[in-house]
This record gives sequence, C-alpha cells and structure tokens, in this order.
Amino acid sequence: MDKIKKGVRLEHISKIYQDPKTGKDFYAVKDTSLTIEPGSFVTLLGPSGCGKTTTLRMIAGFESPDEGEVYLGEQPINELTPNKRDTAMVFQSYALLPHYNVFDNVAYGLKLRKLSKEEIHRRVMDILALVELDGMESRMTHQLSGGQQQRVALARALVIEPSVLLFDEPLSNLDAKLRVSMRTEIRRIQQEVGITAIYVTHDQSEAMAISDDIIIMNKGVVAQKGTPQEIYYHPNSEFVADFIGEANFLRGTVTAIEGGYALLNVEGNPVKATAQAGIQTNQEYTLVLRPESASLAEAGGLPCKVALSCFMGSYQNYHVMVGDTLVKLTEHNPKNRRIYQVGETCSLAFRPDDVHILL
Amino acid sequence: MAKSQSAALDRKKLMADPVMVTTIVVLITFLTLFILYPLAILLVDSFYGDGGFTLDVFKRVLGMITFRTAITNTLKVGFLVGILSTFIGLLFAYVEVYVKVGRGVGGLFKMVSMLPVVSPPFVLSLSMIMLFGKAGLITRFLLGIYDNSVYGFWGIVIVQTLTFFPVCYMMLKGLLKNIDPSLEEAARDMGAGRFKVFASVTLPLMLPGLGNAFLVTFIESIADFANPMIIGGSYDTLATTIYLQITGAYDKVGAAAMAVVLLSITLLMFAVQKYYLETKTAATLTGKASRGRMLIADKSVTIPLKSMCALAAAFVILMYICVPIGALFPTWGYKFTPLTFKWFNLVFTRYHGFEAFRDSFLLSLVSAPVTALLSMIISYLVVKKRFRAKGFIEAVSMLAMAVPGTVLGVGYIRGYSGGIFHSGFLQGIYGTALILIIVFVVRSLPTGTRSGISALRQIDKSIEESAYDMGADSFRVFMTVTLPLIKDSFLSGLVTAFVRSITAISAIILLVTPQFLLITVQINEFAEKGSYSVACAFATILILITYGSVLLMNLFIKHFGTSKQIKEAA
Repeated sequence: MDKIKKGVRLEHISKIYQDPKTGKDFYAVKDTSLTIEPGSFVTLLGPSGCGKTTTLRMIAGFESPDEGEVYLGEQPINELTPNKRDTAMVFQSYALLPHYNVFDNVAYGLKLRKLSKEEIHRRVMDILALVELDGMESRMTHQLSGGQQQRVALARALVIEPSVLLFDEPLSNLDAKLRVSMRTEIRRIQQEVGITAIYVTHDQSEAMAISDDIIIMNKGVVAQKGTPQEIYYHPNSEFVADFIGEANFLRGTVTAIEGGYALLNVEGNPVKATAQAGIQTNQEYTLVLRPESASLAEAGGLPCKVALSCFMGSYQNYHVMVGDTLVKLTEHNPKNRRIYQVGETCSLAFRPDDVHILL
Repeated sequence: MAKSQSAALDRKKLMADPVMVTTIVVLITFLTLFILYPLAILLVDSFYGDGGFTLDVFKRVLGMITFRTAITNTLKVGFLVGILSTFIGLLFAYVEVYVKVGRGVGGLFKMVSMLPVVSPPFVLSLSMIMLFGKAGLITRFLLGIYDNSVYGFWGIVIVQTLTFFPVCYMMLKGLLKNIDPSLEEAARDMGAGRFKVFASVTLPLMLPGLGNAFLVTFIESIADFANPMIIGGSYDTLATTIYLQITGAYDKVGAAAMAVVLLSITLLMFAVQKYYLETKTAATLTGKASRGRMLIADKSVTIPLKSMCALAAAFVILMYICVPIGALFPTWGYKFTPLTFKWFNLVFTRYHGFEAFRDSFLLSLVSAPVTALLSMIISYLVVKKRFRAKGFIEAVSMLAMAVPGTVLGVGYIRGYSGGIFHSGFLQGIYGTALILIIVFVVRSLPTGTRSGISALRQIDKSIEESAYDMGADSFRVFMTVTLPLIKDSFLSGLVTAFVRSITAISAIILLVTPQFLLITVQINEFAEKGSYSVACAFATILILITYGSVLLMNLFIKHFGTSKQIKEAA
C-alpha cells in the first residue's frame, strides 16, 4: 500500500445515551481525548459497558459524538457518513453478506468504487492470498468455518485500502484455540500492510498479545494508555491493575525514601519497593503485587499463613493471609520445591522492583 | 447533558444522502395526503359548519334511531364474533401445538389458515344463504324447513366467525409455540392433571394473547362491510349504515360524522390492543421453547378435540365448496341438474365479466408492487434508520391498520371530490384509476409493513452497517443488501397486496365510478339482487385467480427466494 498512513485523534469526545429503563441520560463516553499514531496497532480494552465499542463506532461514523471532534489524520470527520470515511470495520458477527459468495463479498467495496473488472479481480485475489483463502472465492459464506468467515471479513475490510482498520471484538465468536491463532494472523497482516488498526476487545490476553498500545477504558473514560508492559507493570489504578492480569493489593505507609527505594510499613512489617517520583513519606499507599512475582520462603519476607495450597500441574497455587489481607500467588514448576500446606506459617518474599506503588 | 451536537450531526449525515431525504419526504407526503388528511377532513366536516365549530351534525346523526341501533348492533356482533373466533382459534392452535395429529390433519390446518387469505370477503355470506337460506340446500331440501332466515344477527355472527377465526388461530399458534414446555412439565411433575395444567399454567400465560386475539377480531368485525351488506338484511351495522347514508340518503356530511364515530371505536380498541395487550403478551411470553414438547397422545383428550376441529373445518370447507358448485346449478333452489356452465357464459357474454376482471386485475397488478416496495421501504426506515420523522411514519402506517375501509372511503369522498379542503386542488384524481390504486395501496400497506418489519428485525444490523461502511449509500445498501435478504417477505407482500386489492370492497365501493367495473362490486350487486348463481360464478373465478396467485408465489419463493442457509446466516 503506497498510501500515506493516517492516525486517528479524538478531542474531548462524549456520547450520551438514554437508559431505556429509567429514561435518564448518561455518558457512554465522557470527555475522551486520544491520539492514535499512524501505523500503530491500538487496543481499546475494558469491561462491557465501558464505552469502547461506542468509541469505535464514533470513529466509523455509525454514532455521532455529542461533544468533541474526531480527526482522521488532520481532517475533522464528524460530519462524514460511514460510507464517506476512509475507515473499514471488521464486525463481531463478521457481517458477511449472506447472499454473496466470498469473491463478491470482498469485491463489494471495490465495485462501489467503480474499478475495472480486471483491477477488482486482481485485488480480490491478492487479498485472498494474503488471508490464505485462495481457492475459496466461489464458496458461499455459510459454507465457511468461523475462522474462515473472519478472514473474509478481514479481507473485505483490507481490500478497499482504508487509512484505518477498525475491529469490533472480531474473535469473540471463535473457540479458544482459533482465537489465539487468528490474533497472531491479524497482527501479522497488520504489520505486513502497515495499516493503522484500532481493536476493541474485553479479552486482556488478546490485547496484550496483539497491541503496540493498550487503552484501558472504564465507565466511559480512559483509565490508562500505554504499552502492554507499562500497563502490566505500572498500572495507575487499582482498576487497571485488577483488570489486566491478576493483582494483589497491600496497604502500607511510607516510612522513608532512600536510594530510589521506598520503605513501607505493611501490617507492621517492613517492605522495600521501587519508588517513583511523587511518593511522600508518612503517606499511605496501595501496593500492587502480581501473583507470579512472589514466592513463599521459610523466613525473610512478610509473615503469612497458608489458607489454600493447590497443585495445578505447571504451578502451585497458594492463597496466604498477610494479616487480614488475602494474597494469591503462583509458584511455577513446583516439582522440586518445598510445598507449604494449609495452616503453615511462612514468609512471603518478593523483590523491591516487583511491587508497584499506586500513586 | 445536551445531545444537540449528535442530533445536528445525524441530521447533517442524513442530508448528505439525497435519495434517503427524497424518499422520506415523498413518504411523509404520501402518508399525510392519503391517510391522515382523509381522516382529518372527516373531523373538519363533522365539527365545522355555518362558519364555526358545531356539534349539530353529531346531534342530528345521534338523533337517528337507525344510527343508534347500528352502533349497538355493531358492538353486539363484534363482541360475540370476537369471543367465538378466539375460542375456535384457540382450539385449532392448541390441537396443532399440543396434540399428536396425523399428517393429513396438518395439511387441513394449513388449508384452513390459507382460506381467509385467498377468499373474497363475501364468499361465506353467499354460501351461507345458499346452504341455509329460504331456498337453502340444507335447510329446505335436506331438512324441509321452508321459512328459515339467515339474514340478520346470527347470519353475520356465524359468517364473520368463520371468516376471522383463522386470524386468531395464526396468532395463538405463534404464542403457544413460545411457551416453554418445561413450565407445564414442572406443573405436571408436581402432580397437576392435564386439565389443571391447562387451566393454571397455559391459560394464564395465554391470557393477554387471548385478549389480543379477541380485540383484533373485534376490530375486524366492526370494520367488516361485505358480510353485513349481503347477509345482514335489515340488521344494519355501522359500516353498512354509513354506506347507505351516502348511496341512499346522499348525506355525505352525516356519513362523515358517522365515520368519525366508527373510527373512534376502532381506534380506541386498537390503542388498547397495541399498547397494552401487545406489550403484555410480549412480557409473559418472551422465551423461545427450548426444546420439543411431549405431544398429547391420550385418546380421551385427542378424540374430542380433534373431532371438534374436524367439524369446524368440515363446515368451513363445505361453505367454500358451495360457491363453485352453486355456480354450476341451472337454477339454484329449483333445478339442480344437469350441471351447466351457462352462468359462467353469462358472466362473460352479458355481464361484462371480461371488463370486470380486466379492470380489477390491472388495478391490482399496478398497486401490488407499489404496496410491496413501499412497505419494504417503510420497514427499512423504521427498523434500520434513525431520523426525527421516523415516529410519524411508523405511527401513521400503523394507524392505517385501525381505519375501517368504509371510513377511509368516506374520507376520500369528502377529501378529494372537491379537491384538498374543498379547494379544487388535486380534484383531478377523484374518480380516476389513480385514486382506486391509492386506496388499494393504503389498504394493504399495514399488512406488508408489519411483515417487512418482522423480517428485517431478524437480520443482524451489522450486515447493513458493513455495506454502509464499505462505501455504499443508503439506496445501494437497500438495493444490494436489504432487499435481497427480505426477498421472501417482499414476494409474499407482493401477492398479499395483489390478493387484498383484487378482493377489496369496503372503501372501493364508495369510490368506484361507472367507468370501472370491479369484480367485487359486481359480486355485491348480483348478490344484492338475489342473482346468486351469477355472483357465485364471479366469485369462483375470483377465488381461482387469488388461489393461483398464491400458488405462483409459493413456487416463486421456492425457486427464487432467499435460501434457508442464507436466512440462517443472516
């Protein structure tokens, strides 16, 4: 594709809906500003009802924002209808035209652009080869498997060479295994074509596997934007920490800051954690500890008592009580490790840079 | 919170789509001119006189004993017909959904449900007279009763019940199928007997649905013109009284006031049915039956139920068979053999049969595609689009469902014989084929729209969105995606509109001018005159035409319709 890549910018976008039961208006998306770089793969991630699909549909033009402006590249596109926008969407239900075969489905957008027959044929065949559906062009869509239908939907969106590709939970109707292979496929194709992609999902592992950037949304606002690593290791709120992966929360008061580390008092015990700018002494903070970052030891960490010990094959699953706080942890490859039993008292150990302090 | 920006943007997006805008404007104009305006002019006519607001017309009309009697007559008939039709409809529906029946019986049910679609409105009245009247085949020649009168209250009730119960049957069948069998199984499991289950589970769940069916037939009965006209005798209902007020007393203003009364009654019932009972029905019966039902095979239940149904079905079929046979007797009531085609001959040689069929056929043939397309467009706009006038379009096209043909006929006379608001504008269409076609369209529009809406609701919204997203405008989306996916609904709408038009009488009889000979009007005339054999000959040919069209449609749908797989995929 020799087209100039375009990004997407949202400026103070809001969308108001009416609750069908109470008749009251509420913000489905509230004062959201985002910049999506050209050629990047960005995921909108969040629980259902967080406004991610509404945001996507506003970019596609199916919904009109109540406040703010949507830009495609430098062009404001609020007033453009979906058919005039240089975006293409891949729908959750695939939304293939059931009365057309694969070829005609993919060719639909090209025919509307009044290209020559040869040109259409060449481009459809090229794109079908890209999504590995060569030879299937005369099948009817209902003769295809879910994964194949998804490829047709992708091909149909790609073939019109849009500036931005939009995905609305495209894999949620597939079974777990296919979902994993399709997401790798989508990522491969996006990088091959170098197109800007915005991808909506509620599946955090999908988001992690596929994205350059993840935008986590909650209750209509952006909770955090960052690379998968940033979001996982440095969440900015309990919501984000909990939504991405599993998280344990400990409360502690900072007693001192020295050498880039903060010393905290957690349930009467000292804990050392990497300090970030802005942390103050004598303040209480929440600490995030990932289950795989901690381990159990005889002594040397936070004293705790085992409440659950469960063999899961590749790892041992523990629930321990640190004072009144429940901490879940997983110890991988438990074969040659000491297994702690329920009721034992021991010690919860982790490295200072494995705990993250929430500001 | 202000939603003004999105509203403004939606409007701008709509305006960027000239075909859509034009379509909406044309639709609104059409609905306003040919549904709202004729009803409005009735109100104006009956409340406005001598330069100001007046109740005089109403006082005068309500002072007529004949009119007051007509009101009570209509309500009495409607009430009884509603109850009887609902009961028989429930019986048929219950037997079909709950009782183990053989294949032949299933076919019988299908036929019974088809009959009201293909039969002209007065066929049952004709056969009622021929079977049970003074010279009736059964009353006189089988039972030897010489002075039996079928004209009047009971005649109307019986004929209307037989005409309308299939409507109830179809409605209730749908509802019964949606009852989750596990509810009844749970009741059985807890020790309830079969009748107890019916009375304590099935019936309460059905109650709003039964009320719904009752009101729908009540409205149909009240609006019915043809049957009371032929079999009512001196027992006048509102529809016939209004007709006579115009054709007999030449009192168009009085007729307008009467039409307002009739319209108020049907509108009120329609409102109750639509906004109260329909939502209640939907609320109690939301679930799809999760799995098949254990059909009742117990002979003590099946035999009485099946025999009742068989009896009713046999009676209906007998009534329908009577018409073509009646047309073959040399002289009904006196000479039955040898069977002869002389009446059919006379239809074409003396009674302008050819012209009548040509006119009816052509007018219906023109109006059918218009109706079908229009109703698909309305359904598309209502289901898939968002714009401010949508509520208006939906409401007015539903309103047409509640307007009795006679009322519409009077509205057109008052509204167009002197032009719009008696100004002379558009007067030109009065008395032409155009206004007849418009009446046909308006009369069939609600049925088509309803079927279009339910067909469209089953199509995933994102299929059209995807086409839109890839660059198609609304017109292209409609032509390349929507229409192909609801082809079946479109085709059946086409035929239904055709059949409804060619068998229509209530509104059309008030508007037709001598230059057009319509079959239904001819049948009505000959039946009025007592020439039942000619009426039967006309009716037989009409039934053949309508039945032929339905057969053709089914064939067409089978070969060119949307395939099952595609439907499931959509």
